[in-house]
Amino acid sequence: MARQDKKRDVVIVGLGWTGSIAGIELAREGLDILALERGHDQATVPDFKYPNQIDELKYGVRLKMMQKPSRQTVTVRRSGDETALPYRSLGSFLPGNGVGGAGTHWNGLNWRPQPEELRLRSYVAENWGEEIIPEGMNLGDYPVSYDELEPFFTHFEKVAGISGKAGNLKGEIREGGNPFEGWRSEEFPMPPLPTTYDSSKFRDACLAAGYHPFQASAGIASTAYVNPYGMQMGPCNFCGFCERYGCYQYSKSSPQTAILDALKRMPNFEYRTESEVLRVELAEDGKTATGVTYWDEAAQEEVFQPADIVILSSFSLNNVHLMLLSGLGEAYDPLTGTGTLGKNYAYQMNGGVSLFFEDAEFNPFVGHGANGVCIDDFSVNQNDFGALGFIGGSYWRSGTFNGQPIRSMPLPKGTPSWGAGWKEGIGKWYGHAMSIGSHGSHMAYANNHLDLDPTYTDRHGRPLMRMTFNWQDNDLKMNQYQKSRMEPLAASMNPDVMQSSFKGIGAQYDVRPYQTTHNTGGHIMSETAREGAVNRYCQTWKAHNVFAMGAGNFVQNTQYNPTGLVGGLAYWTVQAIRTQYLSNPRPLV
Amino acid sequence: MTDLPGYPSRRGFLKVSAAGLALSGVALDAKAQDAQPPVPLDRYEPEYLTADEWAFVMAATARLIPSEGDGPGAIEARVPVFIDLQLAGDYGTADDWYMVGPHDAEAAPDRGWQTPLTPAGLYREAIPAFDAWCAETHGAAFAALDGQAQDAALTALQKGEVPLAPELSPFFATLLANTKEGYFADPMYGGNHGMQSWVYIGFPGARAAFREWPERHNVKYPLGPVSIKGERA
Ligand SMILES: Cc1cc2nc3c(=O)[nH]c(=O)nc-3n(C[C@H](O)[C@H](O)[C@H](O)COP(=O)(O)OP(=O)(O)OC[C@H]3O[C@@H](n4cnc5c(N)ncnc54)[C@H](O)[C@@H]3O)c2cc1C
Ligand code: SF4
Repeated sequence: MARQDKKRDVVIVGLGWTGSIAGIELAREGLDILALERGHDQATVPDFKYPNQIDELKYGVRLKMMQKPSRQTVTVRRSGDETALPYRSLGSFLPGNGVGGAGTHWNGLNWRPQPEELRLRSYVAENWGEEIIPEGMNLGDYPVSYDELEPFFTHFEKVAGISGKAGNLKGEIREGGNPFEGWRSEEFPMPPLPTTYDSSKFRDACLAAGYHPFQASAGIASTAYVNPYGMQMGPCNFCGFCERYGCYQYSKSSPQTAILDALKRMPNFEYRTESEVLRVELAEDGKTATGVTYWDEAAQEEVFQPADIVILSSFSLNNVHLMLLSGLGEAYDPLTGTGTLGKNYAYQMNGGVSLFFEDAEFNPFVGHGANGVCIDDFSVNQNDFGALGFIGGSYWRSGTFNGQPIRSMPLPKGTPSWGAGWKEGIGKWYGHAMSIGSHGSHMAYANNHLDLDPTYTDRHGRPLMRMTFNWQDNDLKMNQYQKSRMEPLAASMNPDVMQSSFKGIGAQYDVRPYQTTHNTGGHIMSETAREGAVNRYCQTWKAHNVFAMGAGNFVQNTQYNPTGLVGGLAYWTVQAIRTQYLSNPRPLV
Repeated sequence: MTDLPGYPSRRGFLKVSAAGLALSGVALDAKAQDAQPPVPLDRYEPEYLTADEWAFVMAATARLIPSEGDGPGAIEARVPVFIDLQLAGDYGTADDWYMVGPHDAEAAPDRGWQTPLTPAGLYREAIPAFDAWCAETHGAAFAALDGQAQDAALTALQKGEVPLAPELSPFFATLLANTKEGYFADPMYGGNHGMQSWVYIGFPGARAAFREWPERHNVKYPLGPVSIKGERA
């Protein structure tokens, strides 16, 4: 028999970026809140302190901050014909674990989507006609517009502490910013960070080619800063242990630096770690949730936690898994197109060029997770989809972010992978290579989706979630187009050696190399209950007191890293809860 | 932000931590340099590996990163010690991994780790199997071959030309990855002895404070590495 605890106004599932946002905003309404986090507790002090954090083996390679597959993982297959096999050790994507979630060890590249990306189906239809949409692509509009979300993007950027320069301030295009971005109501909270040597070489080449370079917008403090919750950040010192690490000096934007210390001081907020939510419990009529059942690791027992509102903020993949297990919607069937849970799982289409300069000193260990100069000249709103034969685009970036030698040792093709030739190669080339990356959009397709695995189970006996995913021609064509544009630019920089890695037509999804943790979709937003799992306020269509946060809401993925949109949507959702839902709990659409 | 009474001042902490960092490059102790030299590899008592396995790991890593030429080899970096300690720990036992069956060891490599073996189990089963192949093909166990024959055997192993059971197929990739990890990881894990590998390529280790460096373009960073425990080289 499960233990039952005292009822709360709100239970939050997962205390990462979005759980922290929901926690502080709803706590400020005076609600009694409990956040349940499956992982360990962790704070800047003592957990991220210098020098313990500067450990590539422990965090960069053995991934001690990440979700442990022994506790939770998925199975993966590339098509319906393949048998899904477990993702046994982490590779392609690295979901976070513990307080702060992936928000503690992300890179801090903070982007807003382009306005066109949130109404992509309409944008395509208006400009080229629906007939250019390939068969099998589930292209959609988000049921919320850029203009509606703009204040919430701005607010998230203030809370997170983002450094950058506006390129479009209320419609006015500004020198040095990104001229192709959506309008901003305000300048960035902090000025851009300094430019490293590789970035400056890239910037010069872009200017010479007539492109529009700008400093990446970064969740990395460039100055001393105090955010709206009174949290302080200090300027980053380019320590180079950023992605996959907690920041040891309050410079990287994270739930810890931006929210949690303020939240933990509120008497009506409590959080429990080592508490893994197993399912959301529904009332008999199935129209509301009564609370959640979780596994209390310390007590080694199941606990039923009743609550009036349930916030799912456990990261996209975990949210979808919980929703499938809890009956918070019907599983998507790609053959019939019915059902919504697991629909439109999407990812990111990336490629890049490495450039080697024998005589240049790049000091690749001097950097931060969001370092770099970018261009958006080949982004979604710049590409002529009709002429190019694909829908999508990418942003390019060049900047040192990790010179850690176990994982970051680019060598010219033909260098042996071991032996005397390898040793000579690392001595010759370490520190003399730079790269340009293309970070591209990924559309949603009928045959990329999530459901429950028929074979494999977790330690609680629950079926693992099954991911059916492979690269699709539309996005691969987009990638090849970026290659065709990037190679001439790279060549104009006159490297001694250069080489590209861009997936081409026929590429199969390989779960081993790290790609991104930008796993999107699966509980998508929609105009009607037939098309998606949540409405425009990210309230589940199934149970009106369950709200889902995170990139699982994405209709299809954008060309950018997701967290700017994830954070904006989280503030949009809590605003709806505060101003529309609390006074009259009901379906808001 | 107003600091709450009774709570440590965040502002105070920021100051302290910045000061601590400024010192980190110079103030950390040099004790490690005076410390006893570590036990020589031929007298090292492995935690996990058997004597035959140890001989294999010594011989194989010595070919993967040879001693000749500039920079340390795997032996000077004490990579075999690193591998032994990793296999004895929670990496060896795959504690963090999902190891529940059924296993499809014949799955293509791009499906990820699908063998039922843990890394420690993989070394245990693959070494005798590979040694047996070496004996059959080259006339002796791997450790007893000359350098040229060892390189040929490792090349065959890498290319999948050594007929091994499917459960053993990740062996070469795992051995090579572990060897490079031991070469470049912080010395507290047993390899990268004296931070020689970092010195060789010019990686400053755990310095991790470069506030004035982003805008020093095309200037080589001049300081040698420090380790997590404060050794300098
Ligand atoms: C290495 C890395 C680099 C990244 N870099 C970038 C970047 O540069 N830019 C960008 O935009 N995005 C980046 N991301 C993605 C970014 O981290 C996520 O978009 C963001 O953290 C998502 O917020 P979230 O609240 O949805 O999930 P998270 O922040 O991950 O929080 C989810 C929390 O829920 C907990 N949880 C999960 N399941 C349960 C359960 N059943 N019960 C209780 N708790 C549970 C988890 O332990 C975790 O703490 C990166 C991610 C990684 C891993
Ligand atoms: S690079 Fe900067 S923001 Fe990133 S972890 Fe280091 S000090 Fe923190």
